Amino acid sequence: MIPVCRLEDLPRGESARVGTTPPVAVFHTDDGELYAIDDTCTHQDASLSDGWLEGCLVECPLHAASFDLRTGQPTCLPARRAVRTHRVTVDDGVIHVHLVAREGTAA
Amino acid sequence: MRTVTVVGASLSGLYAARELRAQGFDGRLVIVGDEPHHPYDRPPLSKDFLTGRADEDRLALTDAEDAGALDAEWLLGVRAGALDPRARAVVLADGRTVTCDGVVIATGASARRLPGPAPAGVHTLRTLDDARALRAELTRGARRVVVIGGGFIGAETASSCVALGHRVTVVEAAPLPLLPQLGAELATVCAALHRRGGADLITGTGVGALRGTAAVTGVKLTDGRVLDADVVVVGIGAAPNTAWLTGSTLALRDGVLCDDGCATALPQVVAVGDVARVGGIRAEHWTSATEQPRAAVANLLAGRTTHHARSLPYFWSDQYGSRVQFAGRRLDGDTVRIVEGGLDDGAPGADGLLAVCERDGRTTAVLSVDRPRPFTRMRRELARQDDETERERREGQAAALSVPHRRATL
Ligand SMILES: Cc1cc2nc3c(=O)[nH]c(=O)nc-3n(C[C@H](O)[C@H](O)[C@H](O)COP(=O)(O)OP(=O)(O)OC[C@H]3O[C@@H](n4cnc5c(N)ncnc54)[C@H](O)[C@@H]3O)c2cc1C
Ligand code: FES
Repeated sequence: MIPVCRLEDLPRGESARVGTTPPVAVFHTDDGELYAIDDTCTHQDASLSDGWLEGCLVECPLHAASFDLRTGQPTCLPARRAVRTHRVTVDDGVIHVHLVAREGTAA
Repeated sequence: MRTVTVVGASLSGLYAARELRAQGFDGRLVIVGDEPHHPYDRPPLSKDFLTGRADEDRLALTDAEDAGALDAEWLLGVRAGALDPRARAVVLADGRTVTCDGVVIATGASARRLPGPAPAGVHTLRTLDDARALRAELTRGARRVVVIGGGFIGAETASSCVALGHRVTVVEAAPLPLLPQLGAELATVCAALHRRGGADLITGTGVGALRGTAAVTGVKLTDGRVLDADVVVVGIGAAPNTAWLTGSTLALRDGVLCDDGCATALPQVVAVGDVARVGGIRAEHWTSATEQPRAAVANLLAGRTTHHARSLPYFWSDQYGSRVQFAGRRLDGDTVRIVEGGLDDGAPGADGLLAVCERDGRTTAVLSVDRPRPFTRMRRELARQDDETERERREGQAAALSVPHRRATL
């Protein structure tokens, strides 16, 4: 469980990048939901926390692949693989991400 | 429409094939490509592929599942030699003929070369085979590399060569690299990336001749200087691959002339990507090659132009550890304003830079170095403005057209 920032420091429509390995992106949607996904786009090399947030979708800032924050699935090319999603909680006003174990390798 | 042939098996050809299936074309789909390879992505060739950070697997644009879903006949390693509209046929260089009722021209562009013979050690960088050959030379120990041309591919190649530990000089004939694309102020900023990154940049002098007979030994400049070199990379732009269309009746002028829906003057022939001059502009960018096929295919299937290709130019480039992004249409005389970050000894500072070009109080273009987030916002805003102006223009046109029509029905 990794603390990100205070909830009030991440307004709706904003995102934060967590410098874990690999890095994680946390989004606060306009509807007030919090989501966390792996920050690095599965297409090439761009940071999704820099992307364009619209509803539950984030568009990659490099080649505009779009990912569904709820599932991590890309909704259009050029990305073809999903990003991992992570659980987010707010404890005492602080946003936390709970990293899922990396697939294949023992975590 | 029963058979469609896509000529050119690269980025825009593949996207066109996908659009054909996505838009409901269930006939015979033939894809002709003169390279032996399945479609691969070119941008990494001068970046992560050259430095060895990405291997060939990472370049592939399709996998078996994706290719299977296309249900296409791939004719790879064979060039289309002619388009015969009267016979409704694409004639292949090996003598075969593909009869079809729709054609997507996606033959891209080829690297320009210097006139005369090229001794060993002289490279261009457009194809996977080019990149393999250059990479093989660059992994053979430290070398002196001269890059001819300071455009984006030249700059990326120079940057990758520096990263591999080579001594690199970039020669640019114009007073500044990227001058036509960026204008003097922004071109100066990008030129400074070379200096900051550790490459020499020589501007305002052309290349007179290559030295060396069997293998290159140097580059003689038009000002008389000679640069010693073991490797020379010629990055002087690309010419659209239209030679095979000579005699097809299509209008060819630095590309295949198309309306703004990628349709040519021939019904059932559309063109996309680097080879297409769409509504007066030939963009040599990855994003246009992936966006144009949607409109092109819709128009091909409809038999007339009902869709217009999106047109806000966008490109990115990775150099010396920085990501450069540019969007919009800059014109000479635009004012440049730095809105975020700043300059450090002429180059973008450590935290990047965001600069806008403005005309009559409106933003025309935006350049970003390592500032993807505000760049994306501005790029979207520019695209929105663009769509709006476009819609107004079309509505204006439609209104103008509807006047005589209404009169006629009175
Ligand atoms: C090294 C490099 C780096 C780049 N980096 C960037 C970047 O950072 N950002 C960016 O926006 N863009 C970049 N680009 C540009 C981008 O790759 C092109 O815009 C894109 O590849 C265009 O796709 P296309 O399918 O239209 O043409 P191409 O990719 O040129 O493909 C055309 C294909 O058609 C084949 N062909 C040609 N003639 C025939 C024929 N007669 N019969 C059959 N096949 C034929 C060609 O061999 C080729 O395989 C880069 C390009 C290169 C070369
Ligand atoms: S890096 Fe994200 S779409 Fe290409």
